[in-house]
Amino acid sequence: MNVVLRGVRGSLPSPRPETARYGGNTSCLEVRAVPRCVTVLDAGTGIRAVDGKASELERVDVLLTHLHMDHILGLGFFRPLYQPDLEVHLWGPPSATQSLHARLTRYLSPPLFPVRLRDLPCRLELHDAPRGRFDLPGLAVTADLVCHPGPTLGYRLEGEGGGVLAYLSDHEPALGTGSVTGPPAWTSGYDLARGADVLIHDAQFTDEEYPSHIGWGHSSVSHALAFAELTGVRCLVPFHHDPDHEDQALDAIYATVGRGRSFAVTPAQEGAELTIGG
Amino acid sequence: MGQPVELILLKQVAGYLATPMFLVDPAGNLLYYNEPAEELLGRRYEETGQMPLEEWGTIFSPTDSLGRPMPPEDLPLARALNGRRPSVGSFFIRGLDGVSRHLSVTAVPLEGAGGTNLGALAIFWALPRR
Repeated sequence: MNVVLRGVRGSLPSPRPETARYGGNTSCLEVRAVPRCVTVLDAGTGIRAVDGKASELERVDVLLTHLHMDHILGLGFFRPLYQPDLEVHLWGPPSATQSLHARLTRYLSPPLFPVRLRDLPCRLELHDAPRGRFDLPGLAVTADLVCHPGPTLGYRLEGEGGGVLAYLSDHEPALGTGSVTGPPAWTSGYDLARGADVLIHDAQFTDEEYPSHIGWGHSSVSHALAFAELTGVRCLVPFHHDPDHEDQALDAIYATVGRGRSFAVTPAQEGAELTIGG
Repeated sequence: MGQPVELILLKQVAGYLATPMFLVDPAGNLLYYNEPAEELLGRRYEETGQMPLEEWGTIFSPTDSLGRPMPPEDLPLARALNGRRPSVGSFFIRGLDGVSRHLSVTAVPLEGAGGTNLGALAIFWALPRR
């Protein structure tokens, strides 16, 4: 499968010269596993760059981890939604009380947004993502709830041709314990990430920042590294960079953290492309 | 197999509270009890580990107010688990430290979004000996 990182910033779009290299758009990944189909992970502002020549597409699946604004801010501007008769599926976390449609229309309706979901011309289907495995074109997807305020999913994507991508964009596995040392069965997100070729994981805070942000639902860089170690992944892509972390700061944070580890560490950069599996 | 995040978070909360708590999975297998519960049950969780309902339902020798043994399925936690509704009761146990205790127990089924059965949680309260 081919993956393009379209938005890697956490919390708030942060476009300015000082963030231009890592990128200022919020969470979005474009995944291509089979021709004429695209799977999009999260609908942050990076979704505008998804290569969505809608006329060439037969099916689009958008997998939302959760409905915090930085993950849905680009949804209303996603071109395939305006392509008549294009098959578009929106998947999101289940709620104990409200359907995905009801929750999304809080944003995608006036006065916050001029277009209502029901007025979109595409063939739109909304799904509560099942906890467990389901199939998309060319991909076996596993979704499960992970530790973050409000219902939040992590995803594991396995390509038909091999290769595993784990995506835990907003995740605080150290909540309550202060560390990510296991045991695995009691570590949020473990099964999703275990043995993945590439783990794209929340690393919003520095170790110095984390103590004043406990419970915000995000990881420190050290926690992301420990989670990657525990789950035995081949490559960690630290993601969801803090809006205040400019390019120079991120360069400094990641200059040495990958040394001597059993896995590669490649901090997420907008526009980066990954080929995973065959 | 990892535990659902709801149980992971519950375990963490229980780890912070002074209220004795006891957590089981949908099949009734004991998953965890916290330190305050360890004091009532007379043994650390690390020493007992996970065990099925048939085992934890008898290992503490629960008896009613007349001293009659209580079958595991009559315990509030088993009733909450099987009936999928809250259950309250009081009974006597003999802790694994050999000490007899009078407990009040409130048990609630744990249901996730979409009606997922996540197991059940019991909250213990030590009552004064009569």
